Amino acid sequence: MDFADRLLSGLRATGHGVFAIGLGLLNVPVFALWVCGLVLSPVPVLGTDLLHVTTVVVRWRAGLERRLGALAGVPITRPYRPPPDRAELGTRRWLRWIITDPATWRDMAWLLPGAVVGVTLGVITVLVPAYGLAGVVLLPLWLFLSGVWFGYGLFWPTANLGEAWLALPQGLVLAAAGLAVAPLLRRTDLLFARLLLGPTSAAELRLRVTHLTTTRAGAIDAQAAELRRIERDLHDGAQARMVSVGMTIGLAERLVRRDPAAALELLAEARASSTAALVDLRHLVRGIHPPVLAERGLEGAVQALALHLPIPVEVTSHLPGRLETPIESAVYFAVAEALANLSRHSRAGSAWVCLRHAEDRLVVEVGDDGIGGADATRGTGLDGIERRLEAFDGTMMISSPPAGPTVMTLEVPCALSSPKI
Amino acid sequence: MRVVIAEDLTLLRDGLIRLFKAFEFEVVEAVDNGPDLLPALLRHRPDVAVIDVRLPPTHTDEGLKAAIAARAAVPGLPVLVLSQHVEPLYARELLSDSGRGIGYLLKERVSDVEEFIRAVEQVAAGGTALDPEVVTQLLARREPLAGLTRREREVLKHIAEGRSNAAIAAQLFITEKVVSKYINNIFSKLGMPPSDDDNRRVLAVLRYLDA
Repeated sequence: MDFADRLLSGLRATGHGVFAIGLGLLNVPVFALWVCGLVLSPVPVLGTDLLHVTTVVVRWRAGLERRLGALAGVPITRPYRPPPDRAELGTRRWLRWIITDPATWRDMAWLLPGAVVGVTLGVITVLVPAYGLAGVVLLPLWLFLSGVWFGYGLFWPTANLGEAWLALPQGLVLAAAGLAVAPLLRRTDLLFARLLLGPTSAAELRLRVTHLTTTRAGAIDAQAAELRRIERDLHDGAQARMVSVGMTIGLAERLVRRDPAAALELLAEARASSTAALVDLRHLVRGIHPPVLAERGLEGAVQALALHLPIPVEVTSHLPGRLETPIESAVYFAVAEALANLSRHSRAGSAWVCLRHAEDRLVVEVGDDGIGGADATRGTGLDGIERRLEAFDGTMMISSPPAGPTVMTLEVPCALSSPKI
Repeated sequence: MRVVIAEDLTLLRDGLIRLFKAFEFEVVEAVDNGPDLLPALLRHRPDVAVIDVRLPPTHTDEGLKAAIAARAAVPGLPVLVLSQHVEPLYARELLSDSGRGIGYLLKERVSDVEEFIRAVEQVAAGGTALDPEVVTQLLARREPLAGLTRREREVLKHIAEGRSNAAIAAQLFITEKVVSKYINNIFSKLGMPPSDDDNRRVLAVLRYLDA
C-alpha cells in the first residue's frame, strides 16, 4: 500500500469515525425505545405492534452496523432466524419468534456497550488527527498574531517563536499517527460489534443448514425437471421418429410388389426419418452432457458454445486446470443459459465471456453491448442460472443498467484439479 | 370402417392416417389433444378409436382417461390404445369394464402393418389385443404359474394377446383340437369354467394375475 492509499484510508476511517460517534449516540434512544417496547409488550393489541416497531428499529440499527462492517472489510452475517409467515404478524407465534431468537437479545446487549466503544474510539479517531491538524494551522496563526501565544503539545504555554515553530512537526506527527491508527480503531470498533451482532456458532450453523436445505431442494428440483425434459425429448423425438420409420417401412413392404415407385419413395422417407432421429439423439446428448465438455473441459465447451451463437462472442480464459465434473457441467449450462438469454433479449452486436480462477473461486463473466435492463427477479432464465449455481454455493450477480451494457458475473468456490500440461 | 385417431405428434398422426387410408379405412377425425378427444368419440361413435396414451395439454395419461370415459358413455366402444411403453396397470384399467373391444399395443407394433391392421379389426369386432410385452410383464410377475406346463403357459400368453384358437394352432404348429385341449387344461388348473369367448379368456388371465 503506498502513501496515497494509506492517507485515503486514514481519511476515510476518520470520516467514518465522525459517523460512528453519531451512531453510537443514537444507540441510547434506540435502547430506551427497545426497553419501552419490551416492557409494554404484554399490553394487549398495542404491545405486539410496539414490539414489532421497536424490533424493526433495533434491527435496522444493527443492520446499519453490519453494512458499515462490510464496507470496512469486517463482514458481519445477519444472525436472525427466518421469520414466520407475514400473515402471522402480531400473533403469539410471531412474538415468540422475536423473543426466542438469541440474536434479538444479543442486539440489545450490544446497544449500550457498542455505544460506549463506538463513541470512545470514534472520538479518538477524530480528535487525534484534528489536534495534529490544529498544530499545523496554529503556527501561521501565531506568526500572524505575533506574540499572542497559546500552548501546543509538549510546550504549554508556548514561550517563544522557536517553540511555536515546533508545533508544526508535532502537529504533523500527531496527524500522521492519528490517520495511521484511525483504520485500526474503526476495525476494533467493528470487531467488537461483530462479537455481539454476528451469529453465534450455533446460529451460523443454523443459517448454513437453512441455506443448504433451500439449495438442496433447488438442486433436486432442477435435476427432476431435467430428467422430465430428457424423457419428454426422447418420447416426442427419437422414439416417435423410430416408430414412424417402422411404420413407413412397413407400408413400403406392403407396396413393394404392387407399386415399387411408391415403395421407394416411402423408403427414402424412412431413411430421412431415421437420420432425423439421430439428430434428435445428438441434440439430446448435447443437452445432457455435451461431448465437447467431456473432451475439452469448460474452456473448449464455452468456445464451442460461442460458435453456435448468431453474434460474435469473444472468449478469454485463464484456467490453469480442469474443474470438477459436476461444477464444470453446472457452470457450462449456466453460461449456455446466459448466452441464450443474451441472444434472445439483449439485441447485442457482440458479446464476451471471460473465465478465470482466483482465490479458489471460479469467476465467469458474460457481457454484451446490448440494451441492458436484464432483471434477475423477472427472467426465468436468470433464475435458472442462479439455481444451478446455488447447489455449489455459487452466486450470480448482474449489472444491467437500462441502456446497457450487461455484465453477468458467476462465481463458484472450487479447486482446480490437475493443472494442464 | 370408421376410425378416430388421437395422436399429438404430427409425424405419427399423418403416418397413421396414411396407413389407414392404404387399408381403406375411413379416418373420420384425427385429434391432437386430450380435451378434443372425448367429444370427437361421442360425436362420431367410430367403429374403432386409435388413441395415444400421452396427449397434450398435460402429456400424462390423457388418452387413457378419455378412452375410459368414452367407454363409460358408450359401453363397448372399441378402443385401441397405443403407447411408447406399456404398463400392466393401464391394461387392467382398460379391461376393468366389459373387456370387449380393447386393444393396448406398443406404438412400434405399427411397423408390422398387416398385423397392426389385424389387431385394429379384431378390436373393432369386439375382440382383445394386448401387446405381448404387457402379457410378458404380467406373466413375469407370477412365475411359476401354478402348475401350468411350459406349453400351457405359451398358450395362455397367446390367449392374453387375443388370438383365436385357430391362430394359436397355426402359431404353435398344432391342431385346433389340441389347442382347445390345452385351454381346457389351463382353465381347469386355474379353477375356471371353460369358455369359447375370447374376452372372457383374457379377463380370466388378468383376473388370475391380479389376484
